[in-house]
Amino acid sequence: MKHLSTSARTVALLFCAALLVACSGSDTTEQDEAAAAAAAAAAAAHSAQEAASAAEMARLEEAAAAVGNVFYFEYDSSTLTPEALSAVNAHIALLHRNTESIRLEGHTDERGTREYNMALGERRANSVRDYMVANGISSMRIETISYGEERPVAYGTGEANWAENRRVELKPQ
Amino acid sequence: MKRLLAVFTALVLAALATGATAQISIVIDEGNRDATPIAIVPFARQGTGFPQEDLAEIVDGDLARSGQFLPVPRTDMLSRPSTESEVFYRDWRSINARYLLIGRESMNGPQLRVDYELFDVTSQRKVFSGYEAGPVSDARMLAHRLADEIYEHLTGVRGAFATKLLYISVSRNPGGKDYSRLTMSDSDGARPIVLLETQEPLLAPTWSPDGKEIAYVSFETGRPAIYRQELATGRRQQLTNFKGLNGAPAWSPDGKTMAMTLSKDGNPDIYLMDLATRQLTQVVRHYAIDTEPTWMPDGQSLLFTSDRGGKPQIYRYDLRTGKTERVTHEGGYNARARVSQDGRSVVMVHQQDGRFQIAVLDLVTNRLTPLTSTELDESPSIAPNGSMVLYATKYAERGILAAVAVDGDAKFRLPSREGDVREPAWSPYLSR
Repeated sequence: MKHLSTSARTVALLFCAALLVACSGSDTTEQDEAAAAAAAAAAAAHSAQEAASAAEMARLEEAAAAVGNVFYFEYDSSTLTPEALSAVNAHIALLHRNTESIRLEGHTDERGTREYNMALGERRANSVRDYMVANGISSMRIETISYGEERPVAYGTGEANWAENRRVELKPQ
Repeated sequence: MKRLLAVFTALVLAALATGATAQISIVIDEGNRDATPIAIVPFARQGTGFPQEDLAEIVDGDLARSGQFLPVPRTDMLSRPSTESEVFYRDWRSINARYLLIGRESMNGPQLRVDYELFDVTSQRKVFSGYEAGPVSDARMLAHRLADEIYEHLTGVRGAFATKLLYISVSRNPGGKDYSRLTMSDSDGARPIVLLETQEPLLAPTWSPDGKEIAYVSFETGRPAIYRQELATGRRQQLTNFKGLNGAPAWSPDGKTMAMTLSKDGNPDIYLMDLATRQLTQVVRHYAIDTEPTWMPDGQSLLFTSDRGGKPQIYRYDLRTGKTERVTHEGGYNARARVSQDGRSVVMVHQQDGRFQIAVLDLVTNRLTPLTSTELDESPSIAPNGSMVLYATKYAERGILAAVAVDGDAKFRLPSREGDVREPAWSPYLSR
């Protein structure tokens, strides 16, 4: 567990503190009382933490939902734009807190040849994957696939349509 | 053979009824000014059991599509001879026909036979006669073979009408996944047969050198894989199932090896698969994108697309020396090469002024000549006789097929009604 989250660490520390209190008492009754109090405190702390954790999780999920599951690219490029980076970051934060496996689908616009675009779509999906892995997400949780220009979301020609099609879509596996 | 560029575009479109086969028909938009006028008289028939097809009309369509002939309209014909004794040259001179083709059809059981004669109107003599015979069910192919004979006799170049096309058509399915179909048709788009239908992408259809098998990429399992399929039996084999890209299959000229693009080792490289043993050999390895391999006709080297220089360009890999050299130097995007049978001309997708066009590179003179002037042209495929290049383009927001010849001066166009047609692959010469 290289990346124990902050709240998990807090819970662990509180639990240890409660145990220390319980063990330090000399009188049996006192000990029992202290233990019960500590357990109650720990439980309260734990549920407070759980609530905080759930709230944090909800916040991360909301943040990820707000940026969306689609990251956009420049023409013939697989470099993550600043917008794409911040969107991917929101998903990385969420992936650190869950155990989900994801699928990254790379796409291109219709310009250029189909097989070259198949390779370009793969490069885009890989560039999102590599950034996620560099930021601590296990590559075992990420599957990539390229659809090249075969699955457009916008069918027309022109930059407005093309820009919508140059993308990587993040989906649950 | 290669005259100055006078572009001739043939045309093709798909009217794709929902769930139905994509029927491609061809319409001529602009004729070649130097096209030779030829009168093709409807063939005479005596008896019963004849096919529905008008064979003379099929021959007429083939010769017109080549851009090198201008068939005389039937309504202009002053007489309709079917034997030499009925031919009056003045009837044909007066309507400026340079050649005259007449024929007679006869049936023998299920066998159809066409005897035909070709006359030179100017010199007033018979220049050629012959016959074609075959099962009546294959009447269209018989007409295409007849057209091949006439074409070869008058141009000195073997005809390529008795060939087949493969193409992919996609019909949109609002609210769901699109339907992709792999279709095979005659060279004039007639008799389309759907070989495969799926709601996942289909790509890169290609022919074996003997024309008996095809290969393609299908995503039908959810991931791309290369398949090989026998046309006569429909039997097919999945050749690859690697992690990452499995694409761009290309049969070697001897039919024993298939070149392909795989990214199983991290990024797209070119591999050769021995089709007997399924053993893979990596031939081109580079951290850039390497894809779209195609064989030179001698089987000794491969052309492929690589962006190792920053932008996609065509390179040549020599299988004997292991050396790679850059082939294209003009323009910022040159990709998906296909080579003529004589090994001299390379057609490709070439970007110029922001447009993706089909261009031809002469490997001897190193001259690059654009063949088309539309904006999103792709997937060029050369006829086995090198006379025409079939390609995919967009017209009125629809994918259509078009053809262009370097020796003509004509344009053909058809409006697209429904669905997108793409990735044409012209068959090699087919044995009977």
